[in-house]
Amino acid sequence: MTATSALSLPRTTATAARVLRQLRHDPRTIALMILVPCVMLFLLRYVFDGSARTFDTIGASLLGIFPLITMFLVTSIATLRERTSGTLERLLAMPLGKGDLIAGYALAFGAVAVVQSALATGLAVWFLDLDVVGSPWLLLLVALLDALLGTALGLFVSAFAASEFQAVQFMPAVIFPQLLLCGLFTPRDAMHPVLEAVSDVLPMSYAVDGMNEVLHHADLTAAFLRDITIVAAVALLVLTLGAATLKRRSA
Amino acid sequence: MMNYSSRPPEEPAVHAQDLTVVRGSRTVLRGLGFTVPRGRITGLLGPSGCGKSTLMRAVVGTQAKVTGTLDVLGRPAGHPSLRTRIGYVTQAPSVYDDLTVRQNLDYFAAILDPGRAAADRRHDNVTRATADVDLTGHADALAGTLSGGQRSRVSLAVALLGAPELLILDEPTVGLDPVLRRDLWQLFHDLAAERGATLLVSSHVMDEAERCHQLLLMRAGEVLADGTPEALRTRTGADTVETAFLRLVDEAAAAARTKESTR
Repeated sequence: MTATSALSLPRTTATAARVLRQLRHDPRTIALMILVPCVMLFLLRYVFDGSARTFDTIGASLLGIFPLITMFLVTSIATLRERTSGTLERLLAMPLGKGDLIAGYALAFGAVAVVQSALATGLAVWFLDLDVVGSPWLLLLVALLDALLGTALGLFVSAFAASEFQAVQFMPAVIFPQLLLCGLFTPRDAMHPVLEAVSDVLPMSYAVDGMNEVLHHADLTAAFLRDITIVAAVALLVLTLGAATLKRRSA
Repeated sequence: MMNYSSRPPEEPAVHAQDLTVVRGSRTVLRGLGFTVPRGRITGLLGPSGCGKSTLMRAVVGTQAKVTGTLDVLGRPAGHPSLRTRIGYVTQAPSVYDDLTVRQNLDYFAAILDPGRAAADRRHDNVTRATADVDLTGHADALAGTLSGGQRSRVSLAVALLGAPELLILDEPTVGLDPVLRRDLWQLFHDLAAERGATLLVSSHVMDEAERCHQLLLMRAGEVLADGTPEALRTRTGADTVETAFLRLVDEAAAAARTKESTR
């Protein structure tokens, strides 16, 4: 009976507009979302002042990791607030499809991610001399998919958090292991075989691999296509799981 | 769905039979039977924790583990077609604190009545609902900066948006000053009389009972009595609904003791 109705475009865009309107009343959050990645890249550039190659690798990886982490945090807190404030119950008692709500969030945070990634990528490529062989547009595409993945993961874990305290603790629990194993610190094939196998099933590994493909190759490689397909597929899968955690009837 | 008003008015807005709700290992509502007549204000009264909110959530269709019969506006509770026909206000105001009053209403209106073609109708609905709860002067204020009473009125305004046939209001006047309380009750009566809406209003303040057409007195997950305030007073020989309620509670307790001792 509670089968999700087909996506309703006006309800989805109304939801996305509402989420963006909420953000607009919170300029500090916008500033943090947009500026922190740029500041970190800037910092990193001069931390590795003597070895431009290291900055290239880590910088490109971080362009994929920032949107994932930011969107994860923002989405998990935003949906948790929606759950605890009673607005989620109210919306689900109205003719809003679960898909509309999730797509609305993905659309709104996706738009923010485009701005964030565009600024970070632009800064890295044109001002910090990040040496990218491939097209910066491909970097942007991967960043956008990473943002979508972050949104999906955030939405999903918010169902398991009873408070904001718990929600922020999911960041180290869900993101840090992926950060350690994604190849940012050591190439994945140089890790202990068990850890390498674990990193093979974590989505962030493919986000970073994808960035590195763009870094080293001028054309679209098969590995790049595989990487972005995996990131997109995992994002969609987790979004679907997230939809299943939205219950019209609750105890 | 649209030709619903042509149905005979005798059909109740809500009809429950053997309604039971379990939360965790606790049975919160046990075998309830009652009706809520159309076009009238039915007061749901009883002490805190007696199951009023659970009953309301069951009628709205957001409560899990509901068994028995529960028909709302001629459909089983929770039916998708009911979602535009019921307005529901939870005890705690459920609005976005980081949006203005108007932005809150605009969003919920877009969910109820989506699409560009409905924009004018939505605008009228939002303007009317804001005026209904007397917040026109605060339309551009952030909900989070309003007082508690004002925020709960924003929440009420959201429920009024789609001109719903049935309004479920969970303790809508709690924490409001006497003037506002009087004004809101006036609004409830107008909604019933002029727009033909059915209202189910919960309260644990017994003096509000006198303002209802019909009462359901609850205690510990059961319906203790129902009827008009007058009928309840006459039946118990009390001069206020509060005294009537207390007498009914004492009678029920005495009956339970007798049952216990004859066992």
